[in-house]
Amino acid sequence: MSAPVLVCRGLTKRFPGVVALDGVDFCARGGEVHALMGENGAGKSTLIKALTGVHPRDAGEAEVDGRPVHPRSPREAEAAGISTVYQEVNLIPDLSVAENICLGRQRTRLGFIRWGDARTRARAALARLGLELDVDRTLSECSIAIQQLVAIARATDIDARVLILDEPTSSLDAGEVAQLFTVVRRLRDQGLAIVFVSHFLDQVYALADRITVLRNGRLVGEFPVAELPRLQLVAHMMGRSVDEVEALRHRERPAAAPGEPLLSTRGLALRHAVLPLDLELRRGEVLGLGGLLGSGRTEVARLLFGLDRADAGETRLEGRPVTFHSPADAMRAGLALTPEDRKTQAILPNLTVRENLIVALQARRGLWKQIPRAEQDRLVADFTRALGIKTSGPEQLIRNLSGGNQQKVILARWLATEPRLLILDEPTRGIDVGAQADIERLLARLRDEGLAIVFICADTAELSRNSQRIAVLRDHAKVAELTGPDVNEQAVMRAIARETAA
Amino acid sequence: MIVDLLLWPALAALLWVNRRRPLLWPLVALALLLLFNRLFTPGFFALEIRDGRLYGTLVDVLNQGSKVMLLALGMTLVIATGGVDLSVGATMAIAGAVMARLAGVSIPVALGGGLGVALLAGAWNGLLVSAFRIQPIIATLILMVAGRGVAQLVTDGQIINFEQPALVYLGNGSLLGLPFTLALVLGMFVLTALLVRRTALGLFIEAIGDNETAARFTGLPARPVKFLVYVFAGLCAGLAGLVAASNIKSADANHIGLYLELDAILAVVVGGTALTGGRFQLAGSLVGALLIQTLGTTLYARNVGADVATVPKAIVILAVCLLQSPVLRAKLAGLRRPAPAALRKEGAA
Repeated sequence: MSAPVLVCRGLTKRFPGVVALDGVDFCARGGEVHALMGENGAGKSTLIKALTGVHPRDAGEAEVDGRPVHPRSPREAEAAGISTVYQEVNLIPDLSVAENICLGRQRTRLGFIRWGDARTRARAALARLGLELDVDRTLSECSIAIQQLVAIARATDIDARVLILDEPTSSLDAGEVAQLFTVVRRLRDQGLAIVFVSHFLDQVYALADRITVLRNGRLVGEFPVAELPRLQLVAHMMGRSVDEVEALRHRERPAAAPGEPLLSTRGLALRHAVLPLDLELRRGEVLGLGGLLGSGRTEVARLLFGLDRADAGETRLEGRPVTFHSPADAMRAGLALTPEDRKTQAILPNLTVRENLIVALQARRGLWKQIPRAEQDRLVADFTRALGIKTSGPEQLIRNLSGGNQQKVILARWLATEPRLLILDEPTRGIDVGAQADIERLLARLRDEGLAIVFICADTAELSRNSQRIAVLRDHAKVAELTGPDVNEQAVMRAIARETAA
Repeated sequence: MIVDLLLWPALAALLWVNRRRPLLWPLVALALLLLFNRLFTPGFFALEIRDGRLYGTLVDVLNQGSKVMLLALGMTLVIATGGVDLSVGATMAIAGAVMARLAGVSIPVALGGGLGVALLAGAWNGLLVSAFRIQPIIATLILMVAGRGVAQLVTDGQIINFEQPALVYLGNGSLLGLPFTLALVLGMFVLTALLVRRTALGLFIEAIGDNETAARFTGLPARPVKFLVYVFAGLCAGLAGLVAASNIKSADANHIGLYLELDAILAVVVGGTALTGGRFQLAGSLVGALLIQTLGTTLYARNVGADVATVPKAIVILAVCLLQSPVLRAKLAGLRRPAPAALRKEGAA
């Protein structure tokens, strides 16, 4: 066992009404990748924020290489050797790669920044990760994966002893994840202690040497990866027994019962986004949209929902041609869309759960017909119960909910409008297994109630588990439509790969 | 004195009712300022009744503050959408000029003309912001710069005087012993409150200000709502302009409403609405406007020259803003340790 680098004992953090961390012990060792696991709200983010000085801790101690650390800001944490790369890349898109790596730590001469030095340092930092990049490129021109790697380069440019990666892979595709992992392993071999937070079990098992599980702010335990079977891990995270989890896993997928067509497109296209597309959406059916990141799945959703206007083709709703000029039009026709990026496209962070939940229905009813307060309260109570939303009350601000609960509120927002067609763009991204299972169950229930559902998902297993039919996209075009027994992971992969070869 | 018997219990009750609301700190500042005047500024609380009408410094505060209060109502909604309207001072000048110009035609025409042109000014801003997506600060800067020129054109560069009793009453008359402007402000406040809280307008404004992208994805009519708030700000500016012209019984294109847009923005921010948009505090903006006016009148009553009066004014406003700063409040709260046992509860972090 290698030497402990970061040792925490009894970390405690309270928020009004909640004990987010309750006496948690944690130890990260040099030359190891240590995964931090738990459902949303288990305390992973709070632990990281307490370590990096974002939140002052209420009790407990932390040491780096035996020296006590008590950071009051991320900067102080960095000085103490704890560097962090957050879920959302927080770099500055309009600056160059070199500027982003050196920002705030530029060496100066006579008060002027030495740009030559900054470039050299940036190149050196990237070289440590085995990367070669044009450091003068503007960051926004780089892919999300490269931006993520630049963030890591920035984090390790200073003398980091501990590197915390908070959900680094949630916006990356498979190839990019592999690239990231190569870099992480390299840093691990250089002796860094790496803390890895992820919801993707596959990734945790591929990368981590050790796993610490949190639940409801408490430590469940620390396990070497080899001694913790996946099912046991999930059971620890959910606080259920292995048998219960087993039962969840083996839920049967009901056979497809094809309903009548609701919405169909013929040759629907938008330049640079969607090549002519024929789709048929039927009541009581989940149509999966598969394909790699950037294959045009989200663009299709935007076209269907009137966020973008098609420049060719037609859409028919129950056989009648329709054109949606705006989301409001689509909504009035009974469509609903939960967007891909919950944080920037869906939640109204400083408004309450109630306001977030009723806002689409209110938009549908119009400006002048306010939903009576009693009806609002009833809607919130009904959906909170039906979807199992965990809140301290309807007047809690939505930004204080965990990701999974936020997503449930957004789903409720649209279900309140009683849609006929529901488009879900990556509804389970970045949320925990418990909430994911809830959302998958909900999907099946809504389908059985006769909704037409479009389910967009990058995870092929999840996609094939929940869909009756799958349209596979590649390079902005539909390359295959899988039905019946062909709805499985291998077929989706084959469809993506086959077209690559062609 | 009867004022003391009425005012202090009323203030205490207001503070108690708002003890957990964003309105608390501007109210505390206002109460402290009044208390300071009660103790140290002789005559500040003196009231007398002449010809069935109340006179005194407190009444002046309400009467003089009415213009910024009117502006602040419209400005609150604009700021809540994440915008700002720099042109309201200039719009006041235009509205006043049009009213003075039309004073001879007929009273309804003069009032309607003044308000109509203010609505047009608001619609112009709204069009630039919502249809052409020009940044609000730039879009309204255009009218702020050009507006006084427009007002000059309306008055041919003259100061137009008017004598019509109805027009003079607007800014100087009294209703039930109190200035008519107070009734006007209260009326507009109630109207605005009904408009935003009895329809979905308030929710839509806050949603758009909080996250415009999400609001659009949710099918909210973001552009019409934005257009509407600028038109409304224009209407409020028009009313304020008519009052300002009536105050001096003339239209002075160069001076009516000069710099008042800045007082209005300050009133809104002091009242607890963030410049970044989202949640807004309509009543807070009125308290903010009253605070600014009381401060101005206090300094005037204590013979602080107008040229240096800006310094104490800035200090008080800074104090209120600091009290509302989340960072400072977190630090202050950190001084008092919470009782852990009471806080234990399961839930999301």
